[in-house]
Amino acid sequence: MNNALIRYAPLAICAVAWELVARLGLVSSAALPPLSSVVVAWVDLLRSGDLFSASAASLYRGATGLALAVAVGAVLGIAMAWWRPANALLSPLVEMFYPMPKSALIPVTVIWLGFGDGSKILLIFLGCMLPVTIGAFNGARSSDRVLVWSARSMGASRLRMLWDVVVPSAMPELLNGIRTALALMFILLVSSELIVSRQGLGYLIGYFGADGNYDTMFAVVLTVAFLGFAADRLYALLTRRVLAWRD
Amino acid sequence: MARLDEMEGAQDEASAARWEQAQEIAWRVAPFLSVAALIAAWEIVARSGTVTPYLLPSVGTVLARIWTDAVAGDLVTNMLQTLYRAFAGFAIAAVIGVALGFAMARSRLAHWFFDPLISIGFPMPKIAFLPVIMLWLGTFDLSKISMVVFDATFPVVTGTLVGIAGVERELIWSARNMGASERQVLRQVVLPAAFPQIMTGLQVALPLALIVAVVSEMVMGGYGLGGAMMTAYRFANSAGVFAGIVEIAVVGYVVVKLMAVLRRELLLWHPEAAEPSTA
Repeated sequence: MNNALIRYAPLAICAVAWELVARLGLVSSAALPPLSSVVVAWVDLLRSGDLFSASAASLYRGATGLALAVAVGAVLGIAMAWWRPANALLSPLVEMFYPMPKSALIPVTVIWLGFGDGSKILLIFLGCMLPVTIGAFNGARSSDRVLVWSARSMGASRLRMLWDVVVPSAMPELLNGIRTALALMFILLVSSELIVSRQGLGYLIGYFGADGNYDTMFAVVLTVAFLGFAADRLYALLTRRVLAWRD
Repeated sequence: MARLDEMEGAQDEASAARWEQAQEIAWRVAPFLSVAALIAAWEIVARSGTVTPYLLPSVGTVLARIWTDAVAGDLVTNMLQTLYRAFAGFAIAAVIGVALGFAMARSRLAHWFFDPLISIGFPMPKIAFLPVIMLWLGTFDLSKISMVVFDATFPVVTGTLVGIAGVERELIWSARNMGASERQVLRQVVLPAAFPQIMTGLQVALPLALIVAVVSEMVMGGYGLGGAMMTAYRFANSAGVFAGIVEIAVVGYVVVKLMAVLRRELLLWHPEAAEPSTA
C-alpha cells in the first residue's frame, strides 16, 4: 500500500501542479481549465448520458474492426508461414502496405462507406490487420521444428499439426502483434472520429473544442486516454492468462 | 542396356533440374504477380462501371493527378512539408527520449518521477490531445511538430530503458575496474550495448511520427500531404484522395526502408547483423 503510494505520487504531484497553475492564473483558464472543473464537467457529462452513448459508439466501432482484423490477420499470417504459395503471393503486398501511415485511408473509407460506423470499422480493420498478420507469421514460422517433426512422426495429419503445434507456438508473437494493433486501433478510431464523424468520443472532443467548452473537452480527452490505457492493461493481463501454460 | 539406363537416368536428372529451375523462376515471379494483379483488379473494377469513378477512379486518372501535382510543384512542396514535420518531431523525440531514458537509468529520483508517467502515457492514445495542442499552440508547424514529439517520445524512452537494463553488469564492472570514468562507461560501454534496443524504439517511433504528422495535417489543414488530401476530399475530388494515398504510401515505404538500412549499417558490428533479416 505504502509502496503504491510512493510509486504513484508523481501522478498526484502532476494533478496538484495542474490545479495550482490554473487556479493561480499562471495560464488563462481558457487554455487550461483547473482539474477540479474538469472533474465536475466529467460528472455532468456522465449524468447526462452523453459520455456513455459516445463511448459505446466508439468502442463498438473499435471492437468490431479489431475483431475482424485479428481474425483475418491471424489466418493470413499462419497461412503465409505454412503454405509457400500464400507467402509468395501475399508477402509483397504485406511488405508494401505495412509501412504505410494508415491514417491516409481515412478519407477513402468515408468516400466508400459514409460518415457512420461502416467507414470507421473498415478503417480499423485495414489499419490493424497487418501488425496481426506479421505477428502470426513470425510466430508460426519460428515454431519449433523438432515439435513439428515429432508430431509428424507420430502420425499427426497436416491439419492436426497446424492446430496442435503451429498455432500454440505462434501464440506469443501473435498476441504481441494484437497488442500493437490495439494501440493502433485507438489512434485510428480517435483520429477518424475527430476528422469525419457525427458520433463517438473523438467527435465529442471536436464538438466541445469548437464550442469553447474546454472543461468538457478536457474531460472527454482524459476519458479517451484512460480507456486506451485501461484496454492495454486489461489486454496485458489477459495475455498473461492465455500464456500461463508456457512455463 | 546398362548404358541405356544411364542415359535415361541422365535425361531424368536433366528434366528434373529443368523442372526445379522453372519452379525457382515461378517463385521469383509470383511476388510481382500479386502486385500486378492488385493493380489490374483496380483498373478492371474502375473501368467496368460497377462502381462510379467517384468511388474508385481508374489507375490512369490517379497517376495523371499525381503527375499534374508533380509538374505544378505541389507534390514536392507537400511532401517536404510532411517530411519536415515528421522528421523534426522525430528528431526532437529521439533526443528527448534517449536523454530521458539515460536520466532515468542513472538517477533514482528521475526514475521515480517519470516511470509512472511513462507507463501510463505510453499506452494512452495521445492523438486525443490534438485539440488541446491546437488550443495551446494554434494550427501551424509548431503544434503539428509538438504533436509528433508527444507521440514519438514514448517508444524511444521505453526502448532506451530496456536497452540499458539489458547491459551486462560484468561489462560495466570491468570497464570501471580498468579505471574508466562514469562518462566513459556511459559513452563507450552502456550506449553501444544498449544501442540495438534504442534503435528498435526509434524504428517504432518513426512510422508513428508519420501517422501523427498526416493526421494532424488532416485535422488542422494547410499544406502537407494530409492537408492536400483533405482539401481534395472536401471538393469531392476522389482522384486527389487516391493520389494522396499513393503518395503517402510511397513516402511511408521509403522512410521505413531507409530506417531498416540505417539500422543494418549502424549495427554491422553487432551479432544481429549476421542473422537473416526481413528488412
